[in-house]
Amino acid sequence: MSETKKFMYVNRRAPYGTIYAWESLEVVLIGAAFEQDVSLAFIDDGVYQLVKGQDTAGVGMKNFSPTYAALGDYEVTKIYVEKESLEERGLTLDDLQHLVWEDEDDDWAEKDSIRLVSRAELAEVFSGQDVMFNF
Amino acid sequence: MSILHLVNKSPYERDSLDTAADYMVDGDAMLLIEDGVYAAMSGGKAASKISGMKVSVLGPDLAARGISEEKLVDGVTVVDYAGFVDLVESNDKVQSWL
Repeated sequence: MSETKKFMYVNRRAPYGTIYAWESLEVVLIGAAFEQDVSLAFIDDGVYQLVKGQDTAGVGMKNFSPTYAALGDYEVTKIYVEKESLEERGLTLDDLQHLVWEDEDDDWAEKDSIRLVSRAELAEVFSGQDVMFNF
Repeated sequence: MSILHLVNKSPYERDSLDTAADYMVDGDAMLLIEDGVYAAMSGGKAASKISGMKVSVLGPDLAARGISEEKLVDGVTVVDYAGFVDLVESNDKVQSWL
């Protein structure tokens, strides 16, 4: 029996300009199969990854943004978005996808995955993690 | 001898937008592409850096990133790939701020 560890994936890059955002998502989905306690954080330009309405038809790249909506099915239910990063970029939660998960211990009630936190609050969350992955 | 200044990096990650803006002189134009388009979003801290300048953004790069045209700073023009070519042709040189 293996011990469950707390994994934190830190996303700080915009999608499409570099491959980091997509690679992070791939690693998260693969890692989800190992039944660890997974959290994702979106800070700095990473908040752009969750902006809704992405349409890549004109740039000839794969639109991977719908995949974020599948994270709940992989039991990735803790998605931290940093408030300061949103504000600096003129974004609000309404500009982001509405990500949810179904709580099997609560009659499959749909619950929000995104937790809007301050930089200071997120620093506390980081302190409590066992492993950090950076993208 | 006009210059088209091309910026393809996010203004929140690199300083290319700042430098390009400092190098803009009368008659020059700026085109934001790839992650550079984030500079043209109203309400963002970087928006003030391009106000009053002749700035265009590449439409397909905006769409890929989920930015609608209503979200852009006033005065910014949206161009398609043909418009990109027109800008290159109508200026004497292109300076890419990589």
